[in-house]
Amino acid sequence: MSEAAIVTEDLRRSFGPIKAVDGVDLAAPAGTVLGLLGPNGAGKTTIVRILTTLLTPDGGSARVAGFDVVRDAAALREVIGLAGQYAAVDENLTGRENLDLVGRLYHLGRDEARRRADEMLERFDLTDAANRTVKTYSGGMRRRLDLGASLVGRPQVLFLDEPTTGLDPRSRFSLWDVIRELVGDGTTLLLTTQYLEEADRLADHIAVIDGGRVIAEGTTDQLKSRVGGDLLAVRVVDRARVAEVAEAVADLGSGAPQVVAEAGEVSLPVREGTAILAEVVRRLDAAGLDISDLALRRPTLDDVFLALTGHVAEVTGEDGDGPEPPDRGRAVRPAKLRSSA
Amino acid sequence: MSTVANRPLPRRRLWWTVSDAAAVTKRNLYRYLRVPPLLLFSTIQPIMFVLLFTYVFGGAIQVPGVDNYIDYLMAGILAQTVIFGSTQTGVGLAEDMTRGMVDRFRSLPMARSAVLAGRTMSDTARNLFVVCLMLVVGTLVGFRFHAGVAAAFGAVALALAFGLAFSWISAFIGLSVRDVESAQAAGFVWVFPLVFASSAFVPVESMPGWLQTFADINPVTVTVDALRALTLGGPVTRPLLESLAWITGILLVFVPLAVNRYRRAAG
Repeated sequence: MSEAAIVTEDLRRSFGPIKAVDGVDLAAPAGTVLGLLGPNGAGKTTIVRILTTLLTPDGGSARVAGFDVVRDAAALREVIGLAGQYAAVDENLTGRENLDLVGRLYHLGRDEARRRADEMLERFDLTDAANRTVKTYSGGMRRRLDLGASLVGRPQVLFLDEPTTGLDPRSRFSLWDVIRELVGDGTTLLLTTQYLEEADRLADHIAVIDGGRVIAEGTTDQLKSRVGGDLLAVRVVDRARVAEVAEAVADLGSGAPQVVAEAGEVSLPVREGTAILAEVVRRLDAAGLDISDLALRRPTLDDVFLALTGHVAEVTGEDGDGPEPPDRGRAVRPAKLRSSA
Repeated sequence: MSTVANRPLPRRRLWWTVSDAAAVTKRNLYRYLRVPPLLLFSTIQPIMFVLLFTYVFGGAIQVPGVDNYIDYLMAGILAQTVIFGSTQTGVGLAEDMTRGMVDRFRSLPMARSAVLAGRTMSDTARNLFVVCLMLVVGTLVGFRFHAGVAAAFGAVALALAFGLAFSWISAFIGLSVRDVESAQAAGFVWVFPLVFASSAFVPVESMPGWLQTFADINPVTVTVDALRALTLGGPVTRPLLESLAWITGILLVFVPLAVNRYRRAAG
């Protein structure tokens, strides 16, 4: 394998005046997991749609498994699998009929399509529900079926667009297990997610996307080291005085303090974490600033995102890559990212 | 990466195009098995029209030269039924678009035309079922074919072909508006003037002059006249050729338009 399984060079795509993808370079070696991490509207889905031939790029180039997304689109479709943001399964068919249909459309032949359908049902723990219409399935079952459908054609490269959005935690964990197993089989995977934890758990290499650009990339550890050491998090009782806290501790850090005003929280990158804890307490006490929480922790990807973009990472109930919902401005330790700038 | 070598030969590609369309047709038809009320209500409406027109208007509408209004009516009802039925093509496609099915299909190595071909074929199959049922009900309330068995089959075939042509118009509309409610509304508005300002239920001569001008060139009038000739008897050739010309024309315009819409359907 001389070439990476997924390569994009200066990929661009606009919708009217909006540059959804604005010069993206990506590379994923075969058999690895590339995570695209970013808030709603960052351009993740547009990238996936280009790589799966659903959209054509305005500029730049992209190759998947050696096939150009524009020139070799037909051949490319034979070696990819896609599970989009919404489970694309037919409610009026049974689980088995859905998988069989997809197998037929991959041109597997009647017997092979049937065999693959059975294999997928087994693998995704749907054998008992195989002959029920999908209408009766839970959200988690639909996602599993959808994932099964994306694997029927034994894809070399698999695209999962926010595979666990909208799932309850238990379904999410079980889906993570399945995805990890897949990757063990040598499939190359591109995964988009708003969940930091998801990218952290599943991806070998993460590209952080914001405003249609890759704003940072690397392994989880590399990204975390961008923040520089540990993080000291101070939460003040009187939120109005959060700026005073930042000022009081600023010179103790290895970088500038980040303020999350809505939460009354200041986070400060520090090198000698434990050594300065006492000094922080002393200064805040002297300034008469009451604190409700003081913690020293390893940085999460939230912190990385914050350090990279200056955006607050925030919990959101929104799915998809649609336009940004209005800022609601709360939440401290997010599970999902959304830019609020 | 040896897949390039496996690219289909032209003959295999043709076979796959047919097989893909068949797979999609089958998938669409399952819907009627799984949601019986859907078939029930899409059947009840045309049957209701047969009965209402026969018993409510049948006594009042006098068509010169026709003794039995239902014999006159049946051709009109056939055309109306297949047209109303074909408006569902756009609704079904809009549904597939909004539910992500079209994205899945477009990411598969299947024939590009199969989703549209499968949808219009399954709607034609549904039309066939409804037409047969209507003919049974029509026969029960007094309708008879007067022009022989071959003409009767011809009438059914012509009605289905006409419905198929309208299915492609509907497909184009459904892919253009992209959402189910709009497809439902947009699919219906334009067929009403076509169906009612035609020879479907009353002779064109009974309409005001300006409307006659429209009704005369209306493809529904032409097709209903052909269907009437095939069911009642009378000169067939001219209306039949005119109707076939309309069907061909509609397909020539709307198949490429709809396929183009489908290819560029970026949700």
